[in-house]
Amino acid sequence: MPIVARTSIAALGLLSLVHASAAHAAEPARIRCASTTSTQNSGLFGVLLPAFEKKTGIKVDVIAVGTGQALALGRRGDVDVVFVHAKEDELRLAAEGWFVDRRDVMVNDFILLGPPGDPARVSEEKSAAAALARIAAAGAAFVSRGDDSGTHKMELALWRKAGIVPRGRRGYMEIGQGMEAALRVASEKAAYALSDRGTWLAVKDRKNLALRVLLEGDPALFNQYGVMAVNPRRHPHVRFEEAMAFISWIASPEGQRIIAAFRDKNGNPLFIPNAVSHP
Amino acid sequence: MQEMTSSLVRAFELLLSLDPVLYGIIFLSLQVSGLAVIAAAALGVPAGAGLALVRFPGREAAVSLLNTFMGLPPVVVGLVVYLILSRSGPMGFLGLLYSPTAMVAAQTILAFPIVAALTHAGIASVDPIVKDAIRSLGATTSQAARLVVIEARYAILAAVIAGYGRAAAEVGAVLMVGGNVEGYTRVMTTAIALETSRGDFELALALGIVLLFLSLVVNLALRAVQKRGALVR
Repeated sequence: MPIVARTSIAALGLLSLVHASAAHAAEPARIRCASTTSTQNSGLFGVLLPAFEKKTGIKVDVIAVGTGQALALGRRGDVDVVFVHAKEDELRLAAEGWFVDRRDVMVNDFILLGPPGDPARVSEEKSAAAALARIAAAGAAFVSRGDDSGTHKMELALWRKAGIVPRGRRGYMEIGQGMEAALRVASEKAAYALSDRGTWLAVKDRKNLALRVLLEGDPALFNQYGVMAVNPRRHPHVRFEEAMAFISWIASPEGQRIIAAFRDKNGNPLFIPNAVSHP
Repeated sequence: MQEMTSSLVRAFELLLSLDPVLYGIIFLSLQVSGLAVIAAAALGVPAGAGLALVRFPGREAAVSLLNTFMGLPPVVVGLVVYLILSRSGPMGFLGLLYSPTAMVAAQTILAFPIVAALTHAGIASVDPIVKDAIRSLGATTSQAARLVVIEARYAILAAVIAGYGRAAAEVGAVLMVGGNVEGYTRVMTTAIALETSRGDFELALALGIVLLFLSLVVNLALRAVQKRGALVR
Protein backbone atom coordinates (compact mmCIF):
# COMPACT_ATOMS: atom_id res chain seq x y z
CA MET A 1 0.00 0.00 0.00
CA PRO A 2 2.31 2.79 -1.23
CA ILE A 3 -0.26 5.53 -0.53
CA VAL A 4 -0.43 4.48 3.08
CA ALA A 5 3.35 4.49 3.35
CA ARG A 6 3.54 7.92 1.81
CA THR A 7 0.86 9.36 4.10
CA SER A 8 2.60 7.89 7.14
CA ILE A 9 5.90 9.40 6.10
CA ALA A 10 4.19 12.73 5.50
CA ALA A 11 2.59 12.58 8.93
CA LEU A 12 5.90 11.77 10.58
CA GLY A 13 7.52 14.58 8.64
CA LEU A 14 4.87 17.00 9.90
CA LEU A 15 5.44 15.78 13.43
CA SER A 16 9.13 16.43 13.28
CA LEU A 17 8.41 19.83 11.73
CA VAL A 18 6.31 20.83 14.75
CA HIS A 19 9.02 19.69 17.04
CA ALA A 20 11.69 21.47 15.06
CA SER A 21 9.75 24.74 15.17
CA ALA A 22 9.05 24.29 18.87
CA ALA A 23 12.72 23.58 19.52
CA HIS A 24 13.62 26.65 17.53
CA ALA A 25 11.27 28.80 19.61
CA ALA A 26 13.02 27.39 22.68
CA GLU A 27 16.41 28.59 21.44
CA PRO A 28 16.94 31.42 23.97
CA ALA A 29 17.92 29.82 27.26
CA ARG A 30 14.86 28.22 28.74
CA ILE A 31 14.54 26.32 31.98
CA ARG A 32 11.75 24.25 33.44
CA CYS A 33 10.58 24.82 36.96
CA ALA A 34 8.24 22.39 38.71
CA SER A 35 6.07 24.20 41.20
CA THR A 36 2.74 23.88 42.95
CA THR A 37 -0.66 24.88 41.63
CA SER A 38 -1.28 27.11 44.64
CA THR A 39 1.88 29.10 43.93
CA GLN A 40 0.98 29.49 40.28
CA ASN A 41 -2.66 30.34 41.03
CA SER A 42 -1.61 33.11 43.40
CA GLY A 43 -0.25 35.00 40.39
CA LEU A 44 3.21 35.48 41.89
CA PHE A 45 4.99 33.93 38.90
CA GLY A 46 3.21 36.44 36.68
CA VAL A 47 5.34 39.25 38.15
CA LEU A 48 8.43 37.30 39.23
CA LEU A 49 9.29 35.50 35.98
CA PRO A 50 9.04 38.43 33.54
CA ALA A 51 11.39 40.44 35.78
CA PHE A 52 13.89 37.57 35.80
CA GLU A 53 13.61 37.08 32.06
CA LYS A 54 14.14 40.78 31.43
CA LYS A 55 17.27 40.78 33.55
CA THR A 56 18.90 37.56 32.32
CA GLY A 57 17.16 36.60 29.08
CA ILE A 58 16.32 33.22 30.60
CA LYS A 59 12.74 32.09 30.11
CA VAL A 60 11.23 29.96 32.87
CA ASP A 61 8.54 27.43 31.95
CA VAL A 62 6.47 26.54 34.99
CA ILE A 63 5.00 23.06 35.32
CA ALA A 64 2.41 23.51 38.07
CA VAL A 65 1.50 20.24 39.80
CA GLY A 66 1.11 18.95 43.36
CA THR A 67 4.08 19.15 45.72
CA GLY A 68 4.70 15.40 45.61
CA GLN A 69 4.62 15.32 41.82
CA ALA A 70 6.85 18.38 41.52
CA LEU A 71 9.55 16.67 43.59
CA ALA A 72 9.14 13.46 41.57
CA LEU A 73 9.61 15.39 38.30
CA GLY A 74 12.84 16.83 39.68
CA ARG A 75 14.10 13.44 40.81
CA ARG A 76 13.46 11.99 37.36
CA GLY A 77 15.33 14.85 35.72
CA ASP A 78 12.31 16.16 33.81
CA VAL A 79 12.74 19.71 35.13
CA ASP A 80 15.77 21.84 35.98
CA VAL A 81 14.61 23.44 39.19
CA VAL A 82 11.81 22.96 41.76
CA PHE A 83 9.97 25.64 43.76
CA VAL A 84 7.79 23.99 46.40
CA HIS A 85 6.78 24.14 50.05
CA ALA A 86 7.65 20.89 51.79
CA LYS A 87 10.85 21.78 53.63
CA GLU A 88 11.35 18.41 55.34
CA ASP A 89 10.96 16.47 52.09
CA GLU A 90 13.16 18.97 50.24
CA LEU A 91 15.99 18.64 52.77
CA ARG A 92 15.73 14.85 52.73
CA LEU A 93 15.88 14.67 48.92
CA ALA A 94 18.77 17.13 48.84
CA ALA A 95 20.61 14.99 51.41
CA GLU A 96 20.01 11.97 49.20
CA GLY A 97 21.75 13.81 46.38
CA TRP A 98 18.81 14.45 44.06
CA PHE A 99 18.92 18.21 44.45
CA VAL A 100 21.56 20.82 45.24
CA ASP A 101 21.76 24.40 46.48
CA ARG A 102 18.44 24.66 48.25
CA ARG A 103 17.50 28.16 49.41
CA ASP A 104 14.62 29.37 51.56
CA VAL A 105 12.57 31.86 49.54
CA MET A 106 9.53 33.06 51.41
CA VAL A 107 6.77 32.07 53.80
CA ASN A 108 3.04 32.33 53.85
CA ASP A 109 1.01 31.49 56.90
CA PHE A 110 -2.06 29.63 58.02
CA ILE A 111 -4.77 30.89 60.33
CA LEU A 112 -7.33 29.18 62.51
CA LEU A 113 -10.87 30.30 61.75
CA GLY A 114 -14.04 29.60 63.66
CA PRO A 115 -17.55 30.78 64.47
CA PRO A 116 -17.58 34.36 65.82
CA GLY A 117 -18.91 33.09 69.18
CA ASP A 118 -15.82 30.84 69.57
CA PRO A 119 -17.50 28.14 71.72
CA ALA A 120 -14.21 26.30 72.42
CA ARG A 121 -12.52 29.63 73.35
CA VAL A 122 -9.46 28.96 71.18
CA SER A 123 -8.67 32.66 70.88
CA GLU A 124 -7.30 32.47 74.44
CA GLU A 125 -4.51 30.22 73.16
CA LYS A 126 -1.23 31.26 71.55
CA SER A 127 -0.27 27.87 70.13
CA ALA A 128 -2.20 26.23 67.29
CA ALA A 129 -1.74 22.73 68.71
CA ALA A 130 -3.19 23.81 72.08
CA ALA A 131 -6.11 25.44 70.25
CA LEU A 132 -6.87 22.19 68.44
CA ALA A 133 -6.73 20.35 71.77
CA ARG A 134 -9.39 22.74 73.10
CA ILE A 135 -11.58 22.12 70.05
CA ALA A 136 -11.27 18.35 70.56
CA ALA A 137 -11.95 18.63 74.30
CA ALA A 138 -15.06 20.71 73.67
CA GLY A 139 -16.23 18.27 70.98
CA ALA A 140 -16.69 21.30 68.70
CA ALA A 141 -17.16 20.92 64.94
CA PHE A 142 -14.03 21.08 62.76
CA VAL A 143 -13.90 21.00 58.96
CA SER A 144 -10.84 19.33 57.44
CA ARG A 145 -9.84 19.56 53.77
CA GLY A 146 -9.18 15.81 53.79
CA ASP A 147 -7.60 16.01 50.31
CA ASP A 148 -3.91 15.48 51.10
CA SER A 149 -3.16 19.07 50.08
CA GLY A 150 -0.47 21.19 51.70
CA THR A 151 -3.09 22.73 53.99
CA HIS A 152 -4.37 19.29 54.95
CA LYS A 153 -0.82 18.14 55.72
CA MET A 154 -0.27 21.20 57.88
CA GLU A 155 -3.49 20.46 59.78
CA LEU A 156 -2.52 16.82 60.38
CA ALA A 157 0.91 17.88 61.62
CA LEU A 158 -0.75 20.19 64.16
CA TRP A 159 -3.05 17.39 65.40
CA ARG A 160 0.01 15.18 65.79
CA LYS A 161 1.70 17.91 67.76
CA ALA A 162 -1.36 18.08 70.00
CA GLY A 163 -1.20 14.29 70.45
CA ILE A 164 -4.72 13.81 69.11
CA VAL A 165 -6.04 11.47 66.42
CA PRO A 166 -8.82 13.57 64.89
CA ARG A 167 -10.33 10.98 62.61
CA GLY A 168 -13.58 9.55 63.96
CA ARG A 169 -13.90 12.16 66.71
CA ARG A 170 -17.24 13.83 67.23
CA GLY A 171 -17.55 16.96 65.11
CA TYR A 172 -14.55 16.19 62.82
CA MET A 173 -15.55 16.40 59.14
CA GLU A 174 -13.28 15.51 56.23
CA ILE A 175 -14.78 16.98 53.09
CA GLY A 176 -12.17 16.11 50.44
CA GLN A 177 -12.53 19.47 48.66
CA GLY A 178 -10.75 22.74 48.09
CA MET A 179 -10.22 25.62 50.52
CA GLU A 180 -13.17 27.74 49.46
CA ALA A 181 -15.55 24.79 49.76
CA ALA A 182 -14.13 23.98 53.20
CA LEU A 183 -14.70 27.56 54.38
CA ARG A 184 -18.27 27.51 53.10
CA VAL A 185 -18.99 24.25 54.95
CA ALA A 186 -17.35 25.59 58.12
CA SER A 187 -19.50 28.71 57.95
CA GLU A 188 -22.71 26.71 57.45
CA LYS A 189 -21.90 24.25 60.23
CA ALA A 190 -20.52 26.85 62.69
CA ALA A 191 -17.28 24.85 62.65
CA TYR A 192 -13.58 25.61 63.06
CA ALA A 193 -11.20 25.30 60.10
CA LEU A 194 -7.57 25.84 59.18
CA SER A 195 -7.02 28.04 56.13
CA ASP A 196 -4.14 29.61 54.27
CA ARG A 197 -4.29 33.36 54.66
CA GLY A 198 -4.46 34.08 50.93
CA THR A 199 -7.68 32.16 50.35
CA TRP A 200 -9.28 33.66 53.47
CA LEU A 201 -8.39 37.23 52.39
CA ALA A 202 -9.72 36.54 48.91
CA VAL A 203 -13.10 35.13 49.93
CA LYS A 204 -14.04 36.68 53.28
CA ASP A 205 -15.77 39.75 51.83
CA ARG A 206 -17.13 38.10 48.73
CA LYS A 207 -18.63 35.01 50.32
CA ASN A 208 -20.47 36.38 53.35
CA LEU A 209 -18.95 33.80 55.70
CA ALA A 210 -19.86 33.53 59.39
CA LEU A 211 -16.21 32.99 60.36
CA ARG A 212 -13.52 35.02 62.06
CA VAL A 213 -9.76 34.72 62.60
CA LEU A 214 -9.26 33.25 66.07
CA LEU A 215 -5.57 32.41 66.08
CA GLU A 216 -2.61 33.57 64.01
CA GLY A 217 1.11 34.17 64.29
CA ASP A 218 2.17 30.85 65.85
CA PRO A 219 5.51 29.96 64.15
CA ALA A 220 4.12 26.44 63.70
CA LEU A 221 1.65 27.96 61.23
CA PHE A 222 4.33 29.24 58.87
CA ASN A 223 4.73 27.53 55.54
CA GLN A 224 8.26 27.71 54.17
CA TYR A 225 8.80 27.86 50.41
CA GLY A 226 12.13 26.75 49.00
CA VAL A 227 13.86 26.54 45.64
CA MET A 228 16.55 24.06 44.60
CA ALA A 229 18.28 22.80 41.46
CA VAL A 230 18.26 19.27 40.11
CA ASN A 231 21.69 17.76 40.72
CA PRO A 232 23.61 17.80 37.40
CA ARG A 233 25.67 14.82 38.57
CA ARG A 234 22.47 12.74 38.53
CA HIS A 235 21.05 14.26 35.37
CA PRO A 236 23.81 15.72 33.18
CA HIS A 237 21.36 17.18 30.65
CA VAL A 238 19.80 19.70 33.09
CA ARG A 239 20.43 23.40 32.56
CA PHE A 240 22.28 23.80 35.77
CA GLU A 241 23.84 27.21 35.21
CA GLU A 242 20.54 28.83 34.27
CA ALA A 243 18.86 27.09 37.20
CA MET A 244 21.51 28.48 39.55
CA ALA A 245 21.04 31.96 38.07
CA PHE A 246 17.33 31.63 38.80
CA ILE A 247 17.89 30.48 42.38
CA SER A 248 20.38 33.19 43.25
CA TRP A 249 18.19 35.86 41.66
CA ILE A 250 15.10 34.82 43.65
CA ALA A 251 17.17 34.89 46.82
CA SER A 252 18.77 38.22 45.91
CA PRO A 253 17.51 41.53 47.33
CA GLU A 254 15.91 42.31 43.94
CA GLY A 255 13.93 39.06 43.76
CA GLN A 256 12.96 39.32 47.40
CA ARG A 257 11.74 42.91 46.94
CA ILE A 258 9.41 41.78 44.15
CA ILE A 259 7.99 39.03 46.37
CA ALA A 260 7.46 41.52 49.21
CA ALA A 261 5.69 43.96 46.89
CA PHE A 262 3.45 41.29 45.36
CA ARG A 263 -0.28 41.67 46.00
CA ASP A 264 -3.06 39.27 45.03
CA LYS A 265 -5.97 40.46 42.89
CA ASN A 266 -7.69 41.80 46.00
CA GLY A 267 -4.67 43.87 47.01
CA ASN A 268 -3.53 41.65 49.89
CA PRO A 269 0.11 40.73 50.54
CA LEU A 270 0.45 36.94 50.46
CA PHE A 271 4.12 36.10 50.93
CA ILE A 272 6.83 37.25 53.28
CA PRO A 273 10.28 36.88 51.67
CA ASN A 274 12.88 35.34 53.98
CA ALA A 275 15.87 34.30 51.84
CA VAL A 276 17.89 37.23 53.14
CA SER A 277 17.65 36.98 56.88
CA HIS A 278 18.82 40.49 57.77
CA PRO A 279 18.30 42.83 54.86
CA MET B 1 -27.82 30.65 35.42
CA GLN B 2 -26.45 34.16 35.56
CA GLU B 3 -22.96 32.70 35.23
CA MET B 4 -23.98 30.98 31.99
CA THR B 5 -25.18 34.19 30.36
CA SER B 6 -22.22 36.26 31.48
CA SER B 7 -19.87 33.50 30.28
CA LEU B 8 -21.53 33.53 26.88
CA VAL B 9 -21.07 37.28 26.66
CA ARG B 10 -17.47 36.96 27.81
CA ALA B 11 -16.78 34.21 25.25
CA PHE B 12 -17.80 36.54 22.42
CA GLU B 13 -15.90 39.44 23.92
CA LEU B 14 -12.79 37.23 24.06
CA LEU B 15 -13.16 36.13 20.46
CA LEU B 16 -13.77 39.68 19.25
CA SER B 17 -10.94 41.17 21.31
CA LEU B 18 -8.37 39.30 19.11
CA ASP B 19 -6.38 38.72 22.29
CA PRO B 20 -3.01 37.29 21.11
CA VAL B 21 -2.75 34.97 24.13
CA LEU B 22 -6.17 33.45 23.46
CA TYR B 23 -5.48 33.08 19.75
CA GLY B 24 -2.11 31.50 20.53
CA ILE B 25 -3.91 28.91 22.65
CA ILE B 26 -6.55 28.32 19.97
CA PHE B 27 -3.92 27.97 17.25
CA LEU B 28 -1.86 25.51 19.30
CA SER B 29 -4.99 23.47 20.07
CA LEU B 30 -5.85 23.23 16.39
CA GLN B 31 -2.26 22.43 15.47
CA VAL B 32 -1.82 19.69 18.07
CA SER B 33 -5.22 18.04 17.57
CA GLY B 34 -5.02 18.49 13.79
CA LEU B 35 -1.62 16.80 13.54
CA ALA B 36 -2.74 14.08 15.95
CA VAL B 37 -5.79 13.29 13.85
CA ILE B 38 -3.73 13.30 10.64
CA ALA B 39 -1.31 10.81 12.20
CA ALA B 40 -4.16 8.75 13.67
CA ALA B 41 -5.89 8.66 10.26
CA ALA B 42 -2.66 7.76 8.43
CA LEU B 43 -2.24 4.80 10.76
CA GLY B 44 -5.83 4.02 11.73
CA VAL B 45 -7.57 3.99 8.34
CA PRO B 46 -5.19 1.39 6.84
CA ALA B 47 -5.33 -0.63 10.05
CA GLY B 48 -9.14 -0.59 10.13
CA ALA B 49 -9.36 -1.39 6.41
CA GLY B 50 -6.89 -4.24 6.81
CA LEU B 51 -8.93 -5.70 9.65
CA ALA B 52 -12.09 -5.51 7.58
CA LEU B 53 -10.69 -6.83 4.31
CA VAL B 54 -7.89 -9.26 5.12
CA ARG B 55 -8.59 -12.57 6.85
CA PHE B 56 -5.86 -13.69 9.23
CA PRO B 57 -5.72 -15.70 12.46
CA GLY B 58 -6.38 -13.57 15.54
CA ARG B 59 -8.46 -11.05 13.63
CA GLU B 60 -11.43 -11.29 15.99
CA ALA B 61 -9.13 -10.74 18.97
CA ALA B 62 -7.55 -7.71 17.26
CA VAL B 63 -11.00 -6.17 16.65
CA SER B 64 -12.03 -6.74 20.28
CA LEU B 65 -8.75 -5.21 21.46
CA LEU B 66 -9.28 -2.17 19.26
CA ASN B 67 -12.82 -1.72 20.57
CA THR B 68 -11.51 -1.94 24.14
CA PHE B 69 -8.86 0.69 23.45
CA MET B 70 -11.58 3.09 22.33
CA GLY B 71 -12.27 3.47 26.02
CA LEU B 72 -8.66 4.16 27.09
CA PRO B 73 -8.65 6.68 29.95
CA PRO B 74 -6.64 9.69 28.71
CA VAL B 75 -4.83 10.09 32.00
CA VAL B 76 -3.48 6.53 31.68
CA VAL B 77 -2.23 7.30 28.16
CA GLY B 78 -0.69 10.48 29.57
CA LEU B 79 1.06 8.55 32.32
CA VAL B 80 2.43 5.93 29.92
CA VAL B 81 3.64 8.53 27.40
CA TYR B 82 5.15 10.51 30.28
CA LEU B 83 7.05 7.47 31.57
CA ILE B 84 8.34 6.68 28.06
CA LEU B 85 9.42 10.26 27.28
CA SER B 86 10.69 11.09 30.78
CA ARG B 87 14.44 11.72 31.05
CA SER B 88 14.54 8.58 33.17
CA GLY B 89 12.48 6.65 30.60
CA PRO B 90 13.44 4.62 27.51
CA MET B 91 13.05 7.55 25.06
CA GLY B 92 14.18 10.29 27.42
CA PHE B 93 17.23 11.04 25.30
CA LEU B 94 14.93 12.65 22.72
CA GLY B 95 14.08 15.43 25.19
CA LEU B 96 10.50 15.51 23.95
CA LEU B 97 8.68 15.76 27.27
CA TYR B 98 6.75 19.00 27.82
CA SER B 99 6.70 19.85 24.14
CA PRO B 100 3.84 20.09 21.63
CA THR B 101 5.25 16.96 19.96
CA ALA B 102 4.65 14.93 23.12
CA MET B 103 1.06 16.19 23.15
CA VAL B 104 0.58 15.16 19.53
CA ALA B 105 1.90 11.69 20.37
CA ALA B 106 -0.50 11.27 23.30
CA GLN B 107 -3.52 12.45 21.32
CA THR B 108 -2.56 10.21 18.40
CA ILE B 109 -2.59 7.19 20.70
CA LEU B 110 -6.03 8.22 21.96
CA ALA B 111 -7.53 8.89 18.53
CA PHE B 112 -6.01 5.89 16.72
CA PRO B 113 -8.31 3.15 18.16
CA ILE B 114 -11.40 5.23 17.41
CA VAL B 115 -10.38 5.92 13.81
CA ALA B 116 -9.34 2.29 13.25
CA ALA B 117 -12.39 0.69 14.92
CA LEU B 118 -14.93 2.96 13.22
CA THR B 119 -13.18 2.53 9.85
CA HIS B 120 -13.37 -1.22 10.36
CA ALA B 121 -17.06 -1.04 11.23
CA GLY B 122 -17.78 1.24 8.26
CA ILE B 123 -16.05 -1.01 5.74
CA ALA B 124 -17.48 -4.18 7.26
CA SER B 125 -20.98 -2.78 6.89
CA VAL B 126 -20.72 -2.07 3.16
CA ASP B 127 -23.71 -3.79 1.57
CA PRO B 128 -22.77 -7.39 0.55
CA ILE B 129 -24.72 -6.87 -2.68
CA VAL B 130 -22.27 -4.12 -3.64
CA LYS B 131 -19.33 -6.41 -2.84
CA ASP B 132 -20.84 -9.21 -4.96
CA ALA B 133 -21.50 -6.82 -7.80
CA ILE B 134 -17.89 -5.63 -7.76
CA ARG B 135 -16.68 -9.23 -7.82
CA SER B 136 -19.06 -10.31 -10.56
CA LEU B 137 -17.84 -7.47 -12.76
CA GLY B 138 -14.45 -9.18 -12.71
CA ALA B 139 -12.46 -7.00 -10.29
CA THR B 140 -9.24 -8.41 -8.90
CA THR B 141 -8.92 -8.71 -5.11
CA SER B 142 -6.99 -5.47 -4.75
CA GLN B 143 -9.33 -3.61 -7.10
CA ALA B 144 -12.29 -4.90 -5.13
CA ALA B 145 -10.72 -3.81 -1.85
CA ARG B 146 -10.13 -0.32 -3.22
CA LEU B 147 -13.72 -0.02 -4.43
CA VAL B 148 -15.13 -1.20 -1.10
CA VAL B 149 -13.01 1.37 0.75
CA ILE B 150 -14.21 4.10 -1.61
CA GLU B 151 -17.78 2.93 -1.06
CA ALA B 152 -17.24 3.37 2.71
CA ARG B 153 -15.57 6.80 2.43
CA TYR B 154 -18.29 8.68 4.33
CA ALA B 155 -18.08 6.24 7.22
CA ILE B 156 -14.29 6.70 7.18
CA LEU B 157 -14.66 10.48 7.22
CA ALA B 158 -17.04 10.12 10.17
CA ALA B 159 -14.38 7.96 11.88
CA VAL B 160 -11.80 10.70 11.38
CA ILE B 161 -14.21 13.35 12.74
CA ALA B 162 -14.83 11.20 15.82
CA GLY B 163 -11.07 10.83 16.25
CA TYR B 164 -10.65 14.61 16.08
CA GLY B 165 -13.38 15.01 18.70
CA ARG B 166 -11.59 12.63 21.03
CA ALA B 167 -8.27 14.42 20.55
CA ALA B 168 -9.58 17.98 20.87
CA ALA B 169 -11.77 17.33 23.93
CA GLU B 170 -9.08 15.55 25.92
CA VAL B 171 -7.40 17.18 28.91
CA GLY B 172 -5.71 14.59 31.18
CA ALA B 173 -3.06 13.31 28.79
CA VAL B 174 -1.93 16.66 27.36
CA LEU B 175 -1.76 18.08 30.87
CA MET B 176 0.65 15.33 31.91
CA VAL B 177 2.94 15.30 28.89
CA GLY B 178 2.61 18.96 27.87
CA GLY B 179 2.78 20.46 31.34
CA ASN B 180 0.34 23.33 30.54
CA VAL B 181 3.27 25.74 30.11
CA GLU B 182 1.99 29.22 29.32
CA GLY B 183 2.67 30.29 25.76
CA TYR B 184 4.25 26.94 24.88
CA THR B 185 2.05 23.92 25.63
CA ARG B 186 -1.14 25.48 26.98
CA VAL B 187 -4.17 24.43 24.93
CA MET B 188 -7.88 25.13 25.29
CA THR B 189 -8.70 22.20 27.56
CA THR B 190 -5.76 22.66 29.93
CA ALA B 191 -6.50 26.41 30.07
CA ILE B 192 -10.09 25.56 31.06
CA ALA B 193 -8.88 23.19 33.78
CA LEU B 194 -6.50 25.87 35.07
CA GLU B 195 -9.13 28.64 35.20
CA THR B 196 -11.52 26.26 36.96
CA SER B 197 -8.92 25.48 39.63
CA ARG B 198 -8.25 29.21 39.96
CA GLY B 199 -11.94 29.71 40.65
CA ASP B 200 -12.58 31.84 37.55
CA PHE B 201 -15.56 29.74 36.45
CA GLU B 202 -16.82 32.42 34.12
CA LEU B 203 -13.61 32.56 32.07
CA ALA B 204 -13.37 28.75 32.14
CA LEU B 205 -16.88 28.42 30.77
CA ALA B 206 -16.22 31.13 28.19
CA LEU B 207 -13.18 29.16 26.98
CA GLY B 208 -15.38 26.04 26.88
CA ILE B 209 -17.85 27.84 24.65
CA VAL B 210 -15.00 28.90 22.35
CA LEU B 211 -13.83 25.26 22.19
CA LEU B 212 -17.32 24.10 21.28
CA PHE B 213 -17.53 26.81 18.63
CA LEU B 214 -14.19 25.65 17.13
CA SER B 215 -15.50 22.08 16.97
CA LEU B 216 -18.55 23.35 15.15
CA VAL B 217 -16.39 25.13 12.58
CA VAL B 218 -14.24 22.02 12.00
CA ASN B 219 -17.31 19.84 11.63
CA LEU B 220 -19.03 22.24 9.27
CA ALA B 221 -15.92 22.24 7.09
CA LEU B 222 -15.78 18.45 6.98
CA ARG B 223 -19.51 18.29 6.35
CA ALA B 224 -19.04 20.61 3.38
CA VAL B 225 -16.40 18.24 2.00
CA GLN B 226 -18.81 15.35 2.48
CA LYS B 227 -21.61 17.14 0.67
CA ARG B 228 -19.42 18.11 -2.26
CA GLY B 229 -18.35 14.48 -2.54
CA ALA B 230 -22.01 13.42 -2.60
CA LEU B 231 -22.78 15.77 -5.48
CA VAL B 232 -19.84 14.67 -7.60
CA ARG B 233 -20.90 11.12 -7.05
